[in-house]
Amino acid sequence: MSGATSLNAAQVASLSPARHYEDNPATRDRPWVKWSILGISLAFFAGFLLLPLATVFVEAFKKGWDVYLAAITEDDALASIKLTLIAAVIAVPLNLVFGVAAAWAIAKFEFRAKQFLITLIDLPFSVSPVVAGLVYVLLFGAQGLLGPWLDAHDLKIVFAVPGIVLATVFVTFPFVARELIPLMQAQGKEEEEAAIVLGANGWQTFWHVTLPNIKWGLIYGVVLCNARAMGEFGAVSVVSGHIRGITNTMPLQIEILYNEYQFAAAFAVASLLALLALVTLVLKTLIEWRAALNARDHQQESAS
Amino acid sequence: MSIQVQNIRKQFGNFVALDDVSLDFPTGELVALLGPSGCGKTTLLRIIAGLEHADQGNVILEGQDASGTHVRDRQVGFVFQHYALFRHMSVFDNIAFGLRVKPRSKRPSEEIIRKKVTDLLKLVQLDWLADRFPAQLSGGQRQRIALARALAVEPRVLLLDEPFGALDAKVRKELRRWLRKLHDELHITSIFVTHDQEEALEVSDRVVLMNHGSVEQIGTPEEVWNAPKTPFVYSFLGSVNLFHGRAGQGELEVGEQRVNNPDDAIRPGAEVIAFARPHELDIDTNIQASHGILATISRIQAFGITAKVELEREDAQQIHHHEVEIPLDRLIALQLKGGQAVRLVPSRLKVFEQTKPVAADHYIAAGI
Amino acid sequence: MASLPRHQVLPGFRLTLGYTLLYLSLLVLIPLSTVFVKTASGGWEHFVAIATAPRVLASFRLSFGAALLAAAINAVFGLLLAWSLVRYRFPGRKIVDSLIDLPFALPTAVAGIALTAIYSPKGWVGSLAADHGIRIAFTPAGVLIALIFIGLPFIVRTVQPVLEDLEVELEEAATSLGAQRWQIFRMVIFPTLLPALLTGFALAFARAVGEYGSVIFIAGNIPMVSEIAPLMIITKLEQYDYTGATGIAAVMLIASFILLFIINSLQAWSARRIGRKI
Repeated sequence: MSGATSLNAAQVASLSPARHYEDNPATRDRPWVKWSILGISLAFFAGFLLLPLATVFVEAFKKGWDVYLAAITEDDALASIKLTLIAAVIAVPLNLVFGVAAAWAIAKFEFRAKQFLITLIDLPFSVSPVVAGLVYVLLFGAQGLLGPWLDAHDLKIVFAVPGIVLATVFVTFPFVARELIPLMQAQGKEEEEAAIVLGANGWQTFWHVTLPNIKWGLIYGVVLCNARAMGEFGAVSVVSGHIRGITNTMPLQIEILYNEYQFAAAFAVASLLALLALVTLVLKTLIEWRAALNARDHQQESAS
Repeated sequence: MSIQVQNIRKQFGNFVALDDVSLDFPTGELVALLGPSGCGKTTLLRIIAGLEHADQGNVILEGQDASGTHVRDRQVGFVFQHYALFRHMSVFDNIAFGLRVKPRSKRPSEEIIRKKVTDLLKLVQLDWLADRFPAQLSGGQRQRIALARALAVEPRVLLLDEPFGALDAKVRKELRRWLRKLHDELHITSIFVTHDQEEALEVSDRVVLMNHGSVEQIGTPEEVWNAPKTPFVYSFLGSVNLFHGRAGQGELEVGEQRVNNPDDAIRPGAEVIAFARPHELDIDTNIQASHGILATISRIQAFGITAKVELEREDAQQIHHHEVEIPLDRLIALQLKGGQAVRLVPSRLKVFEQTKPVAADHYIAAGI
Repeated sequence: MASLPRHQVLPGFRLTLGYTLLYLSLLVLIPLSTVFVKTASGGWEHFVAIATAPRVLASFRLSFGAALLAAAINAVFGLLLAWSLVRYRFPGRKIVDSLIDLPFALPTAVAGIALTAIYSPKGWVGSLAADHGIRIAFTPAGVLIALIFIGLPFIVRTVQPVLEDLEVELEEAATSLGAQRWQIFRMVIFPTLLPALLTGFALAFARAVGEYGSVIFIAGNIPMVSEIAPLMIITKLEQYDYTGATGIAAVMLIASFILLFIINSLQAWSARRIGRKI
């Protein structure tokens, strides 16, 4: 559910030649209505979205370039960047494989309780990140169900890197799957059947026929999944233990710096994540544009 | 290669798609599976291909039971209704696909593949489109590429699902002729599914008429057209006039009126349905005559070689519509006009005993 | 006749479904079930005592109340934004359209400190408000602002596609029948948008109830005043009160399940109403 943003045909429509609502007397709003709506909504947009974004960069560079550079090259900051990358590099491929497998099973086959399964896959989106972190503490923590066993084998999950990875996997769990399921359902299975009739085996069919068709949806899901994986705060905060230089991811590092009143440093690290967010949005827009081109070709195909 | 299906049964939930269907498709023939949508024809085609599995029964290819053979190994060519061309591959790559996915030991060299694909493109007369993508082709071109792709793996049978369904009327006619010609060149056993009677009758060697999951009649186009065996076939092929009535001695009672009944096998007193094609009805302006069914002319279309007369008749509080085709000079001789009451006199009538009550609208929906 | 072997035409069904179920169970279902196992082991009365403690109740009131208000505010302004993006051409429209998703992409901690910097008494907006004796940051108002930030895209992104799909012919027909613009909006457009708007509202609400990162910096976390429910879980955890933390988590999980059910029903309704999924 949280992915109210998904690669769908409607966003395609917004890229297709503008439908001229404003030239059509039946859909044209009176000028004062138009300017009021536009004014109010853009002011709201600027106040609630643009202003915070700008603030991050302004605050980050408030004390100059040198302070900024020092803040992001400081040892603990570098360690947090490294840990954030590690968590994402593990969590994203895991959820990618899961997403493809789940979408294949759900989109290409019929079975009972399918809708229920889709709902379960969406579940992590509706669970508070703090609760997500808590469940791993309950399972693997010192007082948790598996705690004594882990302790006996000298394994550490909570307050260590594995816990951070697990929490990250949990909160980014549905991203790829929820992108691919509707896409693959819409594409049906005729092309795969055609490949099988022509003698292709399962792997050839997936690799040569299915994958090229879901390519953009897959990349889209991965980009969103990655953004969330690198930015997750609540869930990771619960399982991390906040050990500087060891179990702090970038968002946690920001919190520590902020709480120590090192505002410029906090915003410097934050600016890196804000930059990541902007890159994510650019990629997302590019992919939507690509997918729109593809969809338009496809529309021509079905139109002619 | 010959294809036999034996006692095939297939159910989707509570819906019986195929009910004990047995058929024999001789080698080299082009057979049409014809019927209204939902009659099970596409399901049967997919079962023969191995894309669907029957709940019961066997598919026999060339004398061998293929029920357990995976679709990949059945060596069938399947042309999908919406072509299922691979969108991201060029026309050339689409056709080459079946050759390139063969196991390494059986895979032809790239050179042979190139030659083969080029030959196939020539066969379907589209060799100039090799580098295009499916989205850049017209519907008719896509259809031919889909066919070339299916032929590339040298299938033993060719199965086509509504091959002309997605095309406009003009292209449809062209492709129909082209497919017939291609079949005459290749002589590969082919089955195609269609709901268009004209298409089935014009292209095929043999027509299988299906309804509600069962086979109604099998025969050459001439046989099924001239001698329909069941009420369904009668009403499905061509336009037809339908009368409900009761059999008497050598005649039929339709409401208050009587007509001659040529079929003496019908036992008197039986509830019957009778069919007559528009050209098998004549019009008698003498409404005092003893035989013929009373009706009122609602519209006359006097163009073409024959004239069409549309009539209405009220029977059991229902309005029935009829259509009569008579030569233009006969129309002029009769001096018919709209609103006139006349009698319909069948020159030929096919009578079926009604075993179970059938809603009249069912036939009208299917036939007229 | 013996029934035939039921193999699927496309391969990999068992493998992919099996893997899906296994992965889902190990990472999501089993971990989540521990909340209920742990809560149950503490006994019903203990659970009620935890969940109805005044400080916990106050946190629930704040989390649910602020989330509801934020979703309502977003419903209004999100609808206006979606309308602007679909109906009007203006310079920078595509950039605005892309940036709508910023709250999805921007880590919550970053949003949290940025909002605090703006609305704290020393910040750009906070200092203006302070001149009039209004405090935003470190009060429930700050919580509300953070929740508005994270909820906005849910409304815009559920309403926008439906608005784009709306046939112009409907409005043309209504106009030709003599309807005024406002009547057309009220009687033709709004009813079509309503399921999407409610779905967006529910999505924004569900997200806001559990939100943590963007809120804790700006909330000030004053017990009984600006302490949100997820923070209560963390506070209890830091005091090694696992049962207490779990009890609050159980309440929030049940709320999540109910919301998920409502959202699914809304989407089903919407699909029936307008013939598409959102």
